[in-house]
Amino acid sequence: MLYFTRWKATAIILTAFVICLFAVPNFLPEKMVQSWPKWAQRHVVLGLDLQGGSHILLEVDTNAVRKEKLEALRDDVRRVLRDARVGYTGLVVRGNSVEVRIREGSNFDQAVDKLRELSQPLGGILGSSTGQRNLDVTTEAGGLVRLTLTEPAIVDRIRQSVEQSIQIIERRVNELGTVEPLIQRQGVDRILVQVPGLQDPTRLKELLGKTAKLDFRMVDVSIPAEQALQGRVPPDSEILYSATAPKTPNLVEKRVLVSGGDLTDAQPGFDQRTNEPIVSFRFNTSGARKFAQVTQENVGRPFAIILDNQVISAPVIREPILGGSGQISGSFTVESANDLAILLRAGALPAPLTIIEERTVGPGLGQDSIAKGKLSSYVGAAMVIAFMLVTYGLFGLFANIAVAINVAMIFGILSLLNATLTLPGIAGIVLTVGIAVDSNVLIYERIREEVRGGRTPINAIDAGFSRALATILDSNITTFIAAAVLFYIGTGPVRGFAVTLGIGIITTVFTAFTLTRLIVAYWVRWRRPQRVPI
Amino acid sequence: MRLLRIVPDDTKFDFMRFRRISFPLSALLSIMAISLYFFHGLNFGIDFKGGTLMEVQSKAGAADLAKMRATLGALGLGEVQLQQFGAPNDVLIRIAEQPGGELAQQQAVSKVRGALGNEVDYRRVEVVGPRVSSELLSYGVVGLMLAILAILIYLWFRFEWQFALGAMIANVHDIVLTIGFMSITQIDFDLTSIAALLTILGYSLNDTVVIYDRIREMLRRYRKLPMPELLNASVNQTLSRSVITHVTVSLALLALLLFGGQAIHSFTATMMFGVVLVGTYTSVFIASPILIYLGVGTGRDALTSPERHK
Repeated sequence: MLYFTRWKATAIILTAFVICLFAVPNFLPEKMVQSWPKWAQRHVVLGLDLQGGSHILLEVDTNAVRKEKLEALRDDVRRVLRDARVGYTGLVVRGNSVEVRIREGSNFDQAVDKLRELSQPLGGILGSSTGQRNLDVTTEAGGLVRLTLTEPAIVDRIRQSVEQSIQIIERRVNELGTVEPLIQRQGVDRILVQVPGLQDPTRLKELLGKTAKLDFRMVDVSIPAEQALQGRVPPDSEILYSATAPKTPNLVEKRVLVSGGDLTDAQPGFDQRTNEPIVSFRFNTSGARKFAQVTQENVGRPFAIILDNQVISAPVIREPILGGSGQISGSFTVESANDLAILLRAGALPAPLTIIEERTVGPGLGQDSIAKGKLSSYVGAAMVIAFMLVTYGLFGLFANIAVAINVAMIFGILSLLNATLTLPGIAGIVLTVGIAVDSNVLIYERIREEVRGGRTPINAIDAGFSRALATILDSNITTFIAAAVLFYIGTGPVRGFAVTLGIGIITTVFTAFTLTRLIVAYWVRWRRPQRVPI
Repeated sequence: MRLLRIVPDDTKFDFMRFRRISFPLSALLSIMAISLYFFHGLNFGIDFKGGTLMEVQSKAGAADLAKMRATLGALGLGEVQLQQFGAPNDVLIRIAEQPGGELAQQQAVSKVRGALGNEVDYRRVEVVGPRVSSELLSYGVVGLMLAILAILIYLWFRFEWQFALGAMIANVHDIVLTIGFMSITQIDFDLTSIAALLTILGYSLNDTVVIYDRIREMLRRYRKLPMPELLNASVNQTLSRSVITHVTVSLALLALLLFGGQAIHSFTATMMFGVVLVGTYTSVFIASPILIYLGVGTGRDALTSPERHK
C-alpha cells in the first residue's frame, strides 16, 4: 500500500494539480481571464440566490394550442368540402375531434376520401417510418365523419409552440439589455427564464405574459356596439373591449385584414402634432399591399387595431395608406409604447404563457449570502483544522493538506463543468470537508488499531490503509447515491447542493486513495518511523 | 506533544445490553413522531403548499410589524403572516395560495408591492403556483423513496440481505424522528428540508456502513464468538472513529448554524438534529443490535473453520 512507482506518483500529483489549476480563474479579475483561451476561462457560475436575479418558470397554455389546432382543422374541413362541392351540416369541434355530417345525396365516399387527404404522416418524410399520422378519420352511420387529432400530433404541436416561444422570448428578453439571460425548455410544455441581476421582474413579467397578437380589422358599423351587446351580435363580428379604462365595447369584424406577422419593424416615437407617445410600424411587401388595398376601399370608415383581443385604438381611415407604414396611438406612456414596440418586433407567441413559478433575489441578499457563506466556511474549516491538529498532530497536518487540496479540486471540477454555486452548494462543500476528514479519521484509527494489535509501524500503516479504504469506498457510495437522487429530483438551489456534495465525495475518495497515501508513504520513506505518532 | 484522545483505547461498553432500553425507546419515539406528523402536522413552506413568500427590508430602521400587518391585511389576500427574520428591519411575509389559479398569485404580489411601495427593499420574492407546488411535493416524496430503495439494493449487493434490512430500518427510523423534530419545532418544510432529509439519510448510512463493515470483518475472523459480544466488540472498536467524525461534522455544522445566516438556518438545524443526535444513536443502538434479531451470524460454521480467538 505504501509503495508507489515513480510514474504513478507523478500521475497522481499531476492530476490533482491540473484539476486544482482549473479553479484559478475564479480568483482572478475577469479582465485578466478574458484574454485566455476559451477552455481555460471556465469558471464557477454564481446561482441566482448568490448574485441576485429572477427565475421565472412559464407554462405554455396547451389547451389554447389544442383549441387553435382544432379550429384550424375545422377550417380545413370546410375548405375541402367547399372545394369538392359537397353539401354538409353541423361542422363542429367536439373534444379532440372535428365532426361533420355529409348531406344525403352528396357523394359520401368521395367526400371521405377528400377528407382523408388531410391526414398526414407526422414529422414529414423522416417521421413517416413510425407510421404515426396526425389525424384519425372515422365514419359513422348517418353520414357522420369524425376527424380526431392524435395525441402524438398534439404533443408535436406543443413542442413546436415551445420552441417558437423560446425564440420569441429570447428576442424580448434581449431587448431588456440584461446580462446572460438563460432561456431553456423544461419538460414538455415549460420554459425556464433566468435573468441574473434583475431586481424587479415586474417589467420582465409584463413582456413575457403578453401574447402580442396584433390584428388590423374593420369596425362593424352596421349596428351600434351597445345594441349588439344586448344580444344581437352579427354572425361575422364580435365584441371586443378597449385596452384602457374605461373599458368600452367595440363591435369589430372577425375577419383579419392584416396581422402582426406582416410587420417588419416597430419603433416607439412621438406624434408630431400632439407630442403623445406612439408606436410607428412598417409592413413587409405583402402586408403593405393588403393594407393599401383595404384602406383604399374603406376611406371614411373606422378600423380597429387589436392587441391580444383588446382594442388599442379605432381610427377612421382618412385617406389610403400606400407607403406600407403607419403609427398606433392610444394613450401610451413612453414606457408602454416602448414595450409594445419590443413585443411587435419580437413577434407574437404561438400560445399564451402562464407564470407558474417565480423566484427573485435582490442583490443585497445575494451579497449577504456570499458573505455568510464565506464566513461560515472559514470558521468551519478553521475549527476542523484545529481539531485535527489537536487529535492527530503531524498526521492531522497531513489530513489538513489533503482536505485543502480536496476543496481546491472541488472548485476545479465545478469550474470545469461551469457548474452553478448556490448557498446550499456552499453548505455542501462545508459538509464535504466533514466527509473528507472522516476518511482520514477512518484510516488513522485503523492504523492505531493495527499498532495496538502488535504490528510494526510500517506494517500497521500499510494494513491500516488497505483495510480502511474498503470501508471508505462503501460508506461514500451510499452517500453518493443520496446525492445522485437529490440531483435528479432537485431544482435550483437543492441541485446546487447535490452537485457539490456529489463532486465532493468523488474528490474525497480520490484524495483518500491517492494523495493521503502518497504523503504518508513519502513521510515513511523519509523518516523510517520507529513508532506511529498518532 | 500529547495528542487529544477523546475515546480511550480498548473501551468495553456493553452496547448490546442497551437494546432492551433502546428498542422500546425508539419505538415509542417513532410512534410519537408519527402522531406528531398526523396531529400536529408539518409547517409546509410555499414550495409544497403554493403561495408567496417575500423577504423585505425596511429602509427606515426597525420594521413596524403592526403597521405592516394592518396595511397588508387590508388587501384582502386572506391569511398574511409576518415574521421578523434575522435583523430587526428584516421581515418575512407569507401569503397563502390565492384561489383562482396561477394568475391570481401574480396579482397578489403586485398588490403587496403596490401597498408597501418604496418603503422597503425587496430582498427576495418567491411565488409558487398550485401546479408547481403539487409536483414538487410528489418529486420530493418519490425522491426520498427512490434514494432509500437504491441504497437498499446497493447494500444488499455488498452485504447480506439482513444488513440491508437492518440499515433500512435504522434509517427509516432516523427519517421518522427527524420529521417529528420538524413537526415540534414547526421549521419550514420545503425543498431544502428534503435535501436535509436525504443528507441525513446519506450520513447516517455512512456511519452504519462503517460499523457493518467491521461486523462483517469480525464475522469472518471469529467464528465462535457469540453475536452480542461480537457486535459489542465491533461497535467499541469503531467508537473512537465515530466520535471523532461526529465532532468534526458537528464543528462544520455549528459554523453553518452560527454564521450561515437565516437562509440555511432550518437546513442546518435539521441536519444537526438528524446527523449528530439521531444518526449516531441509531448506528450504535439500533442498526447494530437489530442484526441479532435478523439472525445474522447464526449460520456460522463453528466446526470446520480454524478458531482465531484471542
